[in-house]
Amino acid sequence: MSKPMTMSQKILAYHAGKEYVEPGDLIFANVDLVLGNDVTTPVAIKEFEKIGVDKVFDKDKIAIVPDHFTPNKDIKSAQQCKMVREFAKKYEITNYFEVGEMGIEHALLPEKGLVVPGDLVIGADSHTCTYGALGSFSTGIGSTDMACAMATGKCWFKVPEAIKFVLYGKKTGWTSGKDIILHIIGMIGVDGALYKSMEYTGEGLKSLSMDDRFTIANMAIEAGAKNGIFEVDEKTIEYVKQHSTKPYKIFKADEDAEYSEVYEIDITKIRPTVAFPHLPENTKTIDEITEKIYIDQVVIGSCTNGRIEDLRIAAKILKGRKVKKGLRCIIFPATQNIYKQALKEGLIEIFIDAGCVVSTPTCGPCLGGHMGILADGEKALATTNRNFVGRMGHPNSEVYLSSPAIAAASAVLGYIGSPEELGMKGDEE
Amino acid sequence: MIFKGKAHKYYDNIDTDVIIPARYLNTSDPNELAKRCLEDLDKEFVNKVQKGDILVAGRNFGCGSSREHAPIAIKACGVSCVVAKSFARIFYRNAVNIGLPIVECEEAVDGIETGDEVEVDLATGSIRNLTKNKEFKAKPFPEFMQNIMKAGGLIEFVKGELKKDA
Repeated sequence: MSKPMTMSQKILAYHAGKEYVEPGDLIFANVDLVLGNDVTTPVAIKEFEKIGVDKVFDKDKIAIVPDHFTPNKDIKSAQQCKMVREFAKKYEITNYFEVGEMGIEHALLPEKGLVVPGDLVIGADSHTCTYGALGSFSTGIGSTDMACAMATGKCWFKVPEAIKFVLYGKKTGWTSGKDIILHIIGMIGVDGALYKSMEYTGEGLKSLSMDDRFTIANMAIEAGAKNGIFEVDEKTIEYVKQHSTKPYKIFKADEDAEYSEVYEIDITKIRPTVAFPHLPENTKTIDEITEKIYIDQVVIGSCTNGRIEDLRIAAKILKGRKVKKGLRCIIFPATQNIYKQALKEGLIEIFIDAGCVVSTPTCGPCLGGHMGILADGEKALATTNRNFVGRMGHPNSEVYLSSPAIAAASAVLGYIGSPEELGMKGDEE
Repeated sequence: MIFKGKAHKYYDNIDTDVIIPARYLNTSDPNELAKRCLEDLDKEFVNKVQKGDILVAGRNFGCGSSREHAPIAIKACGVSCVVAKSFARIFYRNAVNIGLPIVECEEAVDGIETGDEVEVDLATGSIRNLTKNKEFKAKPFPEFMQNIMKAGGLIEFVKGELKKDA
């Protein structure tokens, strides 16, 4: 009998060809997918070329998504994208996604069926942890790691300890996956899970859609975690069957696996939550915000909250209403498919009628790249994942983080508020 | 490996966005990145820092993005070593992979002020504040990572491994 293991330990052990791995072990493991974008891949290409191999380890197991500064915002980014495009062509990278077919990487890869349960995925983007929603071990790495993995198919890992989050109860009102993860980060802090894995289990998962789970896993890095991972259930399997033909493998934590901490969270009690500048841990529930925080810009989208459910919620609130005069509301569907679905459902028309601007998929505004940069002293409410100093533009600007429901309501109100202030009750199924 | 230089000390949760803001990520040229290092935190940093200087910070240094541009900028602007209470994990591995020496030691951070002359010995884990005549002991660097550092970073390490396999 081998010793008990967590989900993450099991996936890492399997990919390292070992029966058992212990937290703290340093291992080399085979990866199922290596991801890069237009910011991190150029650095990786330079490093890859130093290794001196003439091919990549597996052209089907590398995904390159130019999404940060695309469509190219300036000549320098155009040069970077050109470099990436030529690399993808030279090495016949199957999963290279050009403008027109691309999307924000972490929404795109699951949608294309490139990640399935049990996979070990690394990506030169910190939000690669998103795919933990599918029961895979996925984590952000840097460009040098990407380069070495493209050459060898392997990456080094320190096996993480894990924190167990047992969720129970059901979401109520306007509460979403975003509020749950902001609540958790507010509770444990931005380094509360440093070097660790965040494992989600419990009957509360039933009330979480796949989109909720992607949002929660996406922000594991905002608590310092190596990865966030959800137990696989019928919803996961259904999602995978709809999107992928890849074989998958379910790794379930052993009952007696060891965790450094265990948190039991009643999601029934979680209220819509907002993170104040300049750290995702500076959270307040919507009820605790007593002053009126007037905002200049609302951004709905990103790898955190640019999925179809997010757009549906925003549209529900913006339908027949107008964005407050003087406020800019920018909406980014995360992929072309999501954009198309939103068109079909009439959501885009609702947004435009409300006075929002709708953009092609890009990471641009989230990281202060382009398409929504803030000026000195401006405030934004965004459904993105970070609110660090200068994140969305000028170092004297401020970013608040929230769910799409709070963001859409605030776009109408002109200050940070809830749809309840607009007389809208949340869904209680 | 012994590093000696003047300390520049900052606080907790120094993130990759302030180390190198995204607006400069349309290039990966180390010299260009070096000019912007820590710009949103301290505009004067790049003018003050001298070759060999040591960056000292609180908890969770390098949190945020996976951008390797952050340790690259720090290394390229002349910093020889970073001492922090803790590092964010992607920053930690990026620093190891590119051969930027980093050391975790709470007591040392508490015992060093900006301007102090500091000496760090990676092999022994000793951190000496020469100005205040105090010595601290950091956790030893795991052998696995020492091997990567010794090889000159992950690329050289992997080249060596590939040769072994051939």
